[in-house]
Amino acid sequence: MGRFWSLLFLSVPILGVAVFVFAVVPGGIFANHWLPEDISQHGAVIDNLFMFILYLTGVVFVATSFLLFWFMWKYDADKNTEPVKYLHGSHTLEIIWSIIPAATLLFIAIFQMDAWADARMKYPTDKATGFKKPPLLLVTGRQFEWRMQYAGADKVIGTPDDIHLVNDLHIPVNEEIVIQIQTEDVLHSFFLPNMRIKQDVVPGMRQHIWFEAKNTGTYDIVCAELCGWGHYKMRGRLIVQTEDDFKEWMASAIAEQNKTSLNANE
Amino acid sequence: MNTATVDDGHGHAGTMSLKLFISTYVFSKDHKMIGMQFLFTTLLWFIVGGLLAMGIRWQLAFPWTDMPIIGGRLFSAEGGQISPEFYTTLFTMHATVMIFFVIIPILAGAFGNFLIPLMIGADDMAFPTLNMLSYWFMWPAFICIGISFLTPPYGAGGGWTSYPPLSSVLTAAPGSEMAQTWWLIGVTLVGIASMLGSVNYLTTIIQMRAPGMTMFRLPMTIWSMFITAILQAFALPVLTAGGVMQVLDRLLGTGFFIPEGLVVNNSEMLSGGGQPLLWQHLFWFYSHPAVYIMILPAMGMVSDMLSCFARKPIFGYKPMVYAISGIAGLGFIVWGHHMFVSGMNPMLGMTFMVSTMMIALPSAVKVFNWLGTIWAGKIQFTTPMLFSLSFISMFIIGGLSGIFMAATPVDIFIHDTYYIVAHFHYVLFCGTAMAVFGAIYFWFPKMFGRSMNETAGKWHFFLTFVFMNGTFYLMHILGAVGFPRRLADPYHYETFKQLLPMNRFITWCAFGMFLSQAFFAINFFYSIFKGPRVGRNPWRANGLEWFCPSPPVAHGNFDKQPIVYRGPYEYGSPEVDEDYYPQTQPPPEGVSVGNAAESGGDH
Repeated sequence: MGRFWSLLFLSVPILGVAVFVFAVVPGGIFANHWLPEDISQHGAVIDNLFMFILYLTGVVFVATSFLLFWFMWKYDADKNTEPVKYLHGSHTLEIIWSIIPAATLLFIAIFQMDAWADARMKYPTDKATGFKKPPLLLVTGRQFEWRMQYAGADKVIGTPDDIHLVNDLHIPVNEEIVIQIQTEDVLHSFFLPNMRIKQDVVPGMRQHIWFEAKNTGTYDIVCAELCGWGHYKMRGRLIVQTEDDFKEWMASAIAEQNKTSLNANE
Repeated sequence: MNTATVDDGHGHAGTMSLKLFISTYVFSKDHKMIGMQFLFTTLLWFIVGGLLAMGIRWQLAFPWTDMPIIGGRLFSAEGGQISPEFYTTLFTMHATVMIFFVIIPILAGAFGNFLIPLMIGADDMAFPTLNMLSYWFMWPAFICIGISFLTPPYGAGGGWTSYPPLSSVLTAAPGSEMAQTWWLIGVTLVGIASMLGSVNYLTTIIQMRAPGMTMFRLPMTIWSMFITAILQAFALPVLTAGGVMQVLDRLLGTGFFIPEGLVVNNSEMLSGGGQPLLWQHLFWFYSHPAVYIMILPAMGMVSDMLSCFARKPIFGYKPMVYAISGIAGLGFIVWGHHMFVSGMNPMLGMTFMVSTMMIALPSAVKVFNWLGTIWAGKIQFTTPMLFSLSFISMFIIGGLSGIFMAATPVDIFIHDTYYIVAHFHYVLFCGTAMAVFGAIYFWFPKMFGRSMNETAGKWHFFLTFVFMNGTFYLMHILGAVGFPRRLADPYHYETFKQLLPMNRFITWCAFGMFLSQAFFAINFFYSIFKGPRVGRNPWRANGLEWFCPSPPVAHGNFDKQPIVYRGPYEYGSPEVDEDYYPQTQPPPEGVSVGNAAESGGDH
C-alpha cells in the first residue's frame, strides 16, 4: 500500500499546479477564473507581485511536495531493506535551510515596499501647482448603498450645489484622481476589483484613495467588509468615461441639478 | 457528558453509586477523564460546526433555492430557503464553533489534559480542581452561544471577529440585538476556561516532570503544549478585556468602540468618543497568537507520530524547539497583518509586513526538519502516519499561501476574499484537523485500551484527503478572481457570476467530506466497545505514556515509577537490538549514557 499512498501524495503537486495552469492560461476550461481585468495604472505592480510570489512559492511547493513523495516511495518499510539512518540532525543543513528562506523572505519584504508606499502613502500632487490634489468626490458607505457626492459647479464638496448619486461612480479615464471615502454607519470596505483598490471605511475617520484608470467601461464596486444582513447586495457601478464624456456628463448633471432647484423655487 | 463505558480501573462499574459516578465521570478531577470530557464534547461540536458549513456551502452552490427535505422545517418562514440574515448567522456560528469549541479545546483541552501528565511522567496535573473548572467553564459558554444561536429573529451575525459598530450597536443588524451580547459573553467565558487550563499546564510541565525528564528530553507534543500555554496566558487577558468592553458598550452605554455622533439605521448613539479600530487591535492581539494556539500542538503531535512511524529519531530536535519558540515570540508582533486595509496607519502596515514575512521562516524550518525525519527511515503507513504525512503536505500549501497575504500590496486585492478562506482552511482543517484525527488514532489505544480499525481508518483518511482538497484548493482560484467572503449571493456581480459552477463543485466535495466522517464516527464508537484489546505499547513507541497500562491507572497513571534515561526519539539506536528504545528503559550494562538525573539531552 505504500506505493498507493506515495502516488496519492504525488498527485497533490501535479493537480495543484495543473489547476493554476488551467486558471492562468486564458480560454481554458476555467475561462475568466483568474485575476479580473486590470484597468488601473498601478495594478500591474500588484499583479506582477502576485505572479512573482506565485512562481516562487510554486517552485517551493513542487520541490517540497516531490521530496515528501520521494521519501515515502523510497523509504517504505515494506521495500526499504537498508537500516534506518540513526541521526539526530545536521547543523549545516539547519543553517542552510534557515538562511536561504530568510534571505528570500527579506527580499520579498523589501521588494514590495515601494508598491505599498505608492498605494497608501504617497498622496498625489498636482503636477502644475505642486499642491495636494483635491478629492474629485466624497464616497459615503451606508447600509446598503454607496453615496457619491461631487463638488458641483463651485468645486467645493459640502456645499448646496453638490451633485448626489447613489451607487454610480463616474470618473474620467487617464487622469489620476483622489477620492475621499467615509461611512455613515458601520464598517464597509470600498473594493474595486478591476482597479486593485480595497479600503475599509471606518466610522469617525475620513480616508483618501487614489488611482488612475486606463480603460473606459463599467465595472463593479463591491463591499468587502461585513456590514449586516444586506452586505451581499451593497453593489455599485464604476463608470470610467473619456475626458470629454465625463465633462459632458458633469455638465448635464449640473444642469439637471440647477433645473431641479429652479423648479423648487417656483 | 456520559463516558460511563470507560473502565475506571476500580472494577466496580456495575455497582457504582450515584455519588461515585458523578465524581468519576462528571465532576472528575482526573486529568484523563477531563481530557476525555473535552474530547467527546469537542467532537460533538465538530458535527455542529460541520453542519453549519454545509449550510454555507448550500447557499453558495444553490443561492435562494429551497433546501430539499429539511429546508421546509428549518426555514418555514422563508419557504425553505436560507435568508440573507440567517446566512450571516451561519458563517458567524461556523467559525465560532470551530475555533472556540472545537480546535482550541480539542488540542489544549483534550490532548493537553490527557497527554501532559502521561508524557512527563506525572500522577496528575498540578491543580486538579482548577483543571476540572477549566472544563466546566466551557458549559456556561456553550449555553451562552446556544442561546445566542436560538435568539429570535436570528442568531448573532457579526462574524466571528465581531467588528464594531456592527456588533456593538443594537440596531445595526437583526443579529446585533441580544444574540450578540450572549455571543460576547460566551466567547469571554471560553477565554477564561482556556486561561485556567494554561496556568495549570505551565505549572505541571515546569514542576512535575519524572526523575530524569529534563526540558530537552520532553517530546515535541509537550514542548508545543508548553509554548501554547504561554501564548494563552499572555494573550487571552486582552481578548477578555476587549469582550467585557464591548459588552459594556452594548449594555451600559459606554463608548469604547463607538465614535462620536454615530447614526446607524436612523437611531443615534448617545455614547461616543471611541474608536472601532481599537477593537480590531485588541481582538487580533489575541486572535493572531490564537492562530498558533490552533496549530502548534498539532505540529508537536505530528512530530511525535512521524518519528515513531519512520522508526527514526526526529531530525533537528532543538531547532524544532527553537522554531516553535520563534513562532510564539513573533506571533505577538504580527497581529496588524489582519488590518492592512483597515484604515490603520499604512506605516504600521509596513512594520507588520516585515514581521509577518519573518514568521514564515520558523514554519519553513519545521517543514524541512519533518522531511529530514522521514528521510532514510522505514516508513510504516499506518492511519496515524498517513494523517501526519498529509499534515506536512497540506501545511506546505497553507504556509506558502500565507506569503501572498503578508505582501501588503497583494493583500489589498486578496484581503477578505476566498484566497484568505483557502489559506486558513488549509492550515486549520487540512492541517490541524488532520493532525487531530491522526492523534486520535494514535493515542486511542492508550485512552481506551483498545485500538481502532485500520481499514476503516484508511478509508476515512483517503476520502477526507480527496474531498478536502476538492473543497479548499479551488478556493485559491476563487480568491484570485477577488470572490469576497461572507456574501450570501455574490453572483449578481458581473465580476463573479461565472464562478457558480466551480462553487457547485466545491459544495459537492464539501458534502462528500462531511459524509466521509461517518467512517470515523462509526469506527470511534465501535472501537471503544469492541475494538481489539491492546497492551501497553502497541506502536512500539518510546514516550512515557506507553510505559503505563492501557488505559492508565485511574489514580496516579503509572503502576511503576518512571525514570527517564534519554530523549523520546531514540528509534533505530545501535545500543539496543529492538528498533526502539523507550525513555524508561535502563541502559544495558557497560554502556554509559549519563546519569538519569543529569541535565541536558543525549544528542
